Amino acid sequence: MIASSPDVSVAEFERHTGWELKPEGACRGDVCIPLARPAGDRLDLREVSRKLGMPLVEDREVGLWALGPAAGPAITDAKAPDFTLPEWRGGDFSLASLRGTKVLIVAWAPW
Amino acid sequence: MWQELREELSPGGFELVTVALEVRGWQEAGRWIEAAAPGHPSLLDDQHLLTRLYGVVNVPAGIWIDEGGRMVRPPEPAFPRRSPLLDAEIPETVAPRLREVLLESRKLNADGRPYVDALRDWVRRGSESSFALSPEELRGRLAQRSPDACLAAAHFELAQHLQRSGRSEAAVPHFKAAHRLAPENWAYKRQAWSIVDRTQSPNDVYPTGWLEEVRASGAENYYPEPLR
Repeated sequence: MIASSPDVSVAEFERHTGWELKPEGACRGDVCIPLARPAGDRLDLREVSRKLGMPLVEDREVGLWALGPAAGPAITDAKAPDFTLPEWRGGDFSLASLRGTKVLIVAWAPW
Repeated sequence: MWQELREELSPGGFELVTVALEVRGWQEAGRWIEAAAPGHPSLLDDQHLLTRLYGVVNVPAGIWIDEGGRMVRPPEPAFPRRSPLLDAEIPETVAPRLREVLLESRKLNADGRPYVDALRDWVRRGSESSFALSPEELRGRLAQRSPDACLAAAHFELAQHLQRSGRSEAAVPHFKAAHRLAPENWAYKRQAWSIVDRTQSPNDVYPTGWLEEVRASGAENYYPEPLR
């Protein structure tokens, strides 16, 4: 997650990281970590970094912050993470649109 | 080659989705796709989302997903055939560095024939295929992200953000940090190197390139044996 300041909205944090703020804390999959939902719906990424163990990088020269994922498995269960990406012929394509079909995703690169 | 396989397997309820990991976007990835004129979904991942979501660390990588949206094989090296690099004759006129790269490439685990046979088996037999992992088996195979790998991910995300917004020089220290923290992630390295030099040779920005790094870590480790 990229931010221009460590002060971000809860909605932005949830959208970019996949974590969800619930009464019991910040939750992702089966894991919940105590984190009080802030008043005013703003989060301090520095506190999030400390409590959730998500690394936070600050580049003062360019004025940006980057919040990385928490340590552990990238995926916690067998459910394939959904994604939506631009398609060559135009528009966006969602993996979920192929539910009901066996899928082989091939990640490649021109390099 | 993947397209031919797709045509063969589609009647069995199968779809191929190719995803180009390329921070520079369609300008780099597009000409390859245009040349292939694919019938399957061909996507662009200019933020390396597949690395964040699935743990892809090198390409080409294949991920199997069943009809219910469940992953049955995690990211692993995936070739549609035996890579021509393994057997190609190297002309005498080839530049010395390219010759060394081609010779080193011959040592890579890049024979896709067993993988394709396994894929065919899964498409035909579904969950009965021995190649389709149970949720428990899958969990045991999923890569664990170390704290260093997570910090690398933060640096790489910042690097690709800066690169895409035209701040290439500012991106370099973050690309380098990602390389240092996650040396097992070849996608981070190859992406960054290719931006400065298409041949991924040593230069003023990156003192080591593909050949040096593959030799240092062992060509046999570049693509771990799939289907283990």
